[in-house]
Amino acid sequence: MAGITLRDLTKIYDNNFEAVKSINLEIEDGEFMVLVGPSGCGKTTTLRMIAGLEDISGGELYIGGELMNKVDPRDRNIAMVFQNYALYPYMSVYDNMAFGLKLQKFDKKEIKRRIDEAAKILDISEQLDKKPKALSGGQRQRVALGRAIVRHPQVFLMDEPLSNLDAKLRVQMRAELIKLHEDLQTTFVYVTHDQTEAMTMGSRICVMDLGQIKQVATPEEIYSKPDNLFVAGFIGSPQMNFYKGTLSEEMGAYHLEGENEEYDAFRFSIDISDQESVAPYLNKEIIFGIRPEHLMFTDGEGLRAKIFVIELLGSEVNVHIRVQGDIHTVTTDAGTHFKAGDAVTVVPKPGRIHLFDPETENAIRY
Amino acid sequence: MNRLKTSTLFKIVMILYLFIILFPFIWVAITSFRPESEIWGSNALDLSEANFTLENYRLVFQTPILNSLKNSLIISGITTIYVTLVASLGAYAIARLDFKFKKLLTVIVLAVSMFPQMIVIGPIYRMFVQLGWTNSYYISLPYSNITLPVATFILITHFAQIPKEMEESATMDGSSKINTFFKIVLPLAAPGIFTAAIIVFIGAWNEFLLSLTLNTNEAWRTATVNISFLRGQFEIFWGQVTAATVIVTIPTLIIVILFQRQIVSGLTSGALKE
Repeated sequence: MAGITLRDLTKIYDNNFEAVKSINLEIEDGEFMVLVGPSGCGKTTTLRMIAGLEDISGGELYIGGELMNKVDPRDRNIAMVFQNYALYPYMSVYDNMAFGLKLQKFDKKEIKRRIDEAAKILDISEQLDKKPKALSGGQRQRVALGRAIVRHPQVFLMDEPLSNLDAKLRVQMRAELIKLHEDLQTTFVYVTHDQTEAMTMGSRICVMDLGQIKQVATPEEIYSKPDNLFVAGFIGSPQMNFYKGTLSEEMGAYHLEGENEEYDAFRFSIDISDQESVAPYLNKEIIFGIRPEHLMFTDGEGLRAKIFVIELLGSEVNVHIRVQGDIHTVTTDAGTHFKAGDAVTVVPKPGRIHLFDPETENAIRY
Repeated sequence: MNRLKTSTLFKIVMILYLFIILFPFIWVAITSFRPESEIWGSNALDLSEANFTLENYRLVFQTPILNSLKNSLIISGITTIYVTLVASLGAYAIARLDFKFKKLLTVIVLAVSMFPQMIVIGPIYRMFVQLGWTNSYYISLPYSNITLPVATFILITHFAQIPKEMEESATMDGSSKINTFFKIVLPLAAPGIFTAAIIVFIGAWNEFLLSLTLNTNEAWRTATVNISFLRGQFEIFWGQVTAATVIVTIPTLIIVILFQRQIVSGLTSGALKE
């Protein structure tokens, strides 16, 4: 087992494209770190640099305290699970799992012991003699995991391992991976573009965009205290609603005001506990965000808007409204009797507004 | 009704076409069983009067045909093994490794196969004479001139199709590059390797010009060259020529029949999403 340290890690491809821009990250020993971000954000490149499958253009990579920049992938004692499983099709499940151990010259008894142990954990004991093509997608993914487990590596790397599975199986495998991490207590680095996977699985999440780290924090913190506009928008589904408005103060009470096209300008009150931090933004344009689940309907004053469309999800309903030229979402309990075209008024739940600097796009803590 | 007519017409055209294509082969086979006196003349096409015989085969086996078959087999075998091995390594490098002038190299490989043999045969002959390699199995080396580019190209497409993750996965499992190539990549490219090997074998088996020029001694002649020597001072023994042709064709026919599924899958794989 080992922690991983990335220090100013950089990847520049031959065509001068900078895929990873001098990132710093400390992954604790035994941690489940999820790298998440949109396509092309550099998360897979980062993972591949940790694996040694991609040369490091700059910076340093330490695994278990040892500098790994020039160490061959096979000497890093790392296992990797690939998106498309990458099982050897002409080998049985057993031989697939034994491949790495045979190369390390383990004796047959030990190989069998480890494979039986892993097969038991993953519930594939019955499949050991079969060829990969005889297995379902979920079973194949388990074999891929098994191949990693038997090696007892100090770090597990996973590159979108669930994205080829159907929705139901994905949820099931998600839970199994969490359980596996709990059982093994080994460092996991997991890459995904799916923020639900990131939120449910990671002990910590590293959100990346355009080759940079945008925030590293626990799922709760990422959700409730996003560091910037990108993280606020990327994490959470449906995504956070953003508004342009002005922050004003009247006799110690703070308000956010915004234009609202065909309706009157809206005005939300906001509790500010750190007045110094918001002082530079008073009476200036500011961006504020409210998550769909933190908006509620009211009969009183608030943001007036017309319903664009209603999505029934079963236990809850997403009501899409048109505000400031954008479609915003309000998530509410099922059983609402609104219909498209109705005009409604919404207000944020207390303490649920996020403020952002319009220039730096960084969050303003208040 | 119209559709039926078109389809019937199409079938007739196809059968006719097939007959035209196959006729020379069928005629060679039939001729090989007929006496020399019946091969020519107005009765040649009348099979009802034919006196089928094995005489041509008996006479052919009195010539060094078996020795030439052995030579062909050894030379084609050596060529197949070494060309497939070299083509595999070359094609893998072109398909997978990043190095300068890769595209240029690929074009050069292809260009080599475009030189007319008549142009290269002179220098090769001079070289072989200087090295004392004439009348030997070294003739396998210049055979690569014909077969290596084709084999390389077939294999490039096959290696390019193998998901990179397979190799990366093996690397992560602790496999060296060369071990990964032999244990993971080659088995995955097996259909392509089969195809390349068979095409190389058939190419080498049918080669004529190099063999005629470099292995002039009767003991070193290959089967194709040996057939061309089935002649007297003033005549060609067509009966024996056709019998020898049938004999020489049999090994390639067996190979093609045995491996036709692999050849087809090797030539077409990658055409569709799998």
